[in-house]
Amino acid sequence: MAQITLNVNSKSRMVDVDPTTPLLYVLRDDLELKGPRFGCGLSQCGACTVIIDGNTVRSCSYPVSSAKNKQITTLEGLGTVARPHVLQTAFIEEQAAQCGYCMNGMIMSAKVLLDKNPHPGDDDIKRALEGNLCRCGSHLRVVRAVKRAAGERV
Amino acid sequence: METSTISRRELLKGTGALVVSFSLFGPAARALAQAAAGGGEPEAASLDSWLAIAQDGTVTVFTSKVELGTGTETALAQIVAEELDVPFSRIHMEAGDTSKSVDQAVTAASRTIERAGPQLRQAAAVARRELLRLASERLNTPAEQLTVNDGVISAKGDAARKISYSDLLGDKRFNVKMETSGTGWDLKISPDVPVKNVNDYKIVGTSVKRTDLPGKFTGEFTYAQDVRVPGMLHGRVVRPAVVNSKPLSVDESSIKQIPGVVKVVQEGNFVGVVAQTEWAAIQAAKALKVTWSAPSTSLPATPEELYAYLKNTKSFNDQVTVNKGNAEASLSQTSKKYEATYRWPFQLHGMLAPSCAVADVRGDSVTVWSGTQGPFRTRKSLSDMLRIPEKNIRVIFREESGCYGRLSPDDAPLDAALLSRAVGKPVRVQWTRADEHGWEPKGPAQLITVRAGVDAQGTIVAWDYMERGFPWSESAGNPLLAARQIGMKSVSPGQSNGTAGGGEAYEFENQRIIAALIPWSQDTPTPLRTSNLRAPGDLARTFASETFLDEIAADLRVDPVQFRLRYLKNNKRVTEALVAATEKAQWKEHISHSAPSAGSKAMGRGVSVSGRDGTITAAVAEVEVDKSSGEVSVKRVTLAHDCGLIINPDGLRNQIEGNIIQGVSRTLLEEVRFDAKGVKNLDWVSYPIVTFRRVPDVQIVLLNRKEMPALGGGEPSTVPVPAAIANAVYDAIGIRLREVPITPQKVQASLRSKSPEQRA
Repeated sequence: MAQITLNVNSKSRMVDVDPTTPLLYVLRDDLELKGPRFGCGLSQCGACTVIIDGNTVRSCSYPVSSAKNKQITTLEGLGTVARPHVLQTAFIEEQAAQCGYCMNGMIMSAKVLLDKNPHPGDDDIKRALEGNLCRCGSHLRVVRAVKRAAGERV
Repeated sequence: METSTISRRELLKGTGALVVSFSLFGPAARALAQAAAGGGEPEAASLDSWLAIAQDGTVTVFTSKVELGTGTETALAQIVAEELDVPFSRIHMEAGDTSKSVDQAVTAASRTIERAGPQLRQAAAVARRELLRLASERLNTPAEQLTVNDGVISAKGDAARKISYSDLLGDKRFNVKMETSGTGWDLKISPDVPVKNVNDYKIVGTSVKRTDLPGKFTGEFTYAQDVRVPGMLHGRVVRPAVVNSKPLSVDESSIKQIPGVVKVVQEGNFVGVVAQTEWAAIQAAKALKVTWSAPSTSLPATPEELYAYLKNTKSFNDQVTVNKGNAEASLSQTSKKYEATYRWPFQLHGMLAPSCAVADVRGDSVTVWSGTQGPFRTRKSLSDMLRIPEKNIRVIFREESGCYGRLSPDDAPLDAALLSRAVGKPVRVQWTRADEHGWEPKGPAQLITVRAGVDAQGTIVAWDYMERGFPWSESAGNPLLAARQIGMKSVSPGQSNGTAGGGEAYEFENQRIIAALIPWSQDTPTPLRTSNLRAPGDLARTFASETFLDEIAADLRVDPVQFRLRYLKNNKRVTEALVAATEKAQWKEHISHSAPSAGSKAMGRGVSVSGRDGTITAAVAEVEVDKSSGEVSVKRVTLAHDCGLIINPDGLRNQIEGNIIQGVSRTLLEEVRFDAKGVKNLDWVSYPIVTFRRVPDVQIVLLNRKEMPALGGGEPSTVPVPAAIANAVYDAIGIRLREVPITPQKVQASLRSKSPEQRA
């Protein structure tokens, strides 16, 4: 076990964990966050996506010890139901989900895309989200939501 | 004393002890207080079992129908809000808790709106009538001179004389008995109580936004995977990779270096680990050295063996859905005959979130949290396995990911219960991706042969359709995975995989349609367990019937739409759906593959219709086939949908989009591969599903039939997709592929085997 200080959603959080633990389980079990989700543990589906220092990271396969001294953002760090982020508002407006389990990865990946490319076309969005699996088939709505969010950005 | 009574009292005290995800404070708790006041199991005939009105005007609806990602919770809330005349935002759905709801049977088969909708609507109508009666007394005005608006009852023409629902009955019981008959899906509640005229609807029929989505986009929503109970430990199961294996030895010393392991649990052939942390449980399950016995199995080891088994094994139930005239005799008399055989492989539900549950077994009292489609069904399977009376078991639904039928047989609670019983503490079990791919019950394989006879005028006079397929082994009271591992045996050959889609929409003079069930009874656990996968069996049956019909149309040189219309005759709804889809898609009459493209890429269009439990769909698919790579891209799917009265148009569109996309995936990509040792595709790389680049454009035509009851929209629109795609592929390249998935390899091989003139 090791004491590790993490910067999560702009707050400093200390955890006492096995340093080989994938970040996902620390976020979910120790810090009680529900945004990042377990889908495969193999970096194949994207449900566990978080943003670390501006890039998407599959937290299921990323040791917590590697996250030291880095800025970690989870879905909770974007907004809340009461004060949603522009992407979250756009996803609500487009009703861009069925079960919603993959939507953490969709929204976090879209956040990084829009930070780098504020006005993406359909193909840019599809390329950016290609590695995020959705079994319900909400893809078309997700693309519309990301476009809506881009359009509403100032 | 009954467990359910205890748990209700705990609820009412608002003890946070149960789970962090409970929101039992404020209005919901007060509303619950009313429903719980009587204690005991909720009775279907008691209005208080269904509805409660709180002081603040919140209306709590108690139902065992659960949200599986399809939006039914929102749609059911719309139905209640409409009938009760309260704003939609006042409705609070309390769903899937066996201690607080009447058993309305599993949420499955797209039957929730059709069956549970009327149950809740009638309960709401009874409640409204009772509230009017109470208001009539209070306001000293005959009920027929009263009107209701947003939960406030007032005298017609004198709006000042008014009283709200909450002032009449806030936090109090209705104490009204209703007439009931039947159970589960067939439960009828006061069917004679008048309901609103559909033309007066203000909430039903509008695209109310789903109540569950905002929290799912922010991380505030609690899935079953997020349930945490005080004192909870983490468990993982350790399953054999092979069928019918026994753990000969379990070497506990192999994990002694992993800190935090609490216990290795072995019961019969069931092996699992329990640990303080999730990571320790994961590592321990992976590292635990178990010596498994050699597999002994009679399972088919290859697809060829599988289809041979389906072909040669005697059916235990020939389900005859149509038997008109004499198809056999007519076939022997017609000069022009057609015959083709179609194969459909095992496919995965492929939940994005592997199964998960929390169980707390304390002596003879059990509490379980899971994403089950049937909380009462899960309660029964726990009771059977643990030998604890159902009344001592409480199952609480918390949504998992979309499951498409997979959580009808709900395995994880049994794993969690065995582990919890062994350690005397609550245990959370999370299946791995390999557990889920390997051990989920699969959508069954199917083998279909269709024969037709055509007379001298080019009319189909004989249609003989024979499906041979497996039942759902993990159904009809049969034990689930953990229960089988501890020695429980099948009690039934399993439940039928459905019968629709064999061409019953058409009228042929002589017509026979049979779905034969081939035994698939597995007393020992096998990875090729079977269960209901979205629109069970209908995709394959419709793939066969609708491509076969297309084949005959092409051979007779008739446009496939016109050919279908000839035989739809009196089938008005299917005809209208087909016309609507083809008009929207700007279908141009043509004989399939009569004008093939010369270039390296060929475009094609195909059509298909289907009917499932009263819902009608018609689809037009447009594909592009790369003749050198064999790659099929679905460019656009246009689908007309008629499910009677529409409750929520955008919710329905959402379902249709998803069904089309999932249908594309199942048609082009999906096949469970296996050998005698088990399932070989244990992750998303080896079992690919559709991703953004393969998603087609979608056009939808909704046919709203206000004069009809509301029917299901959760799955019927995936049914016509495979046939429409296969027909479009034929239109493009002149090749009939009679087995999914339609892979580039299969397309290439077929193109190579065509003669040069055929290739033109």
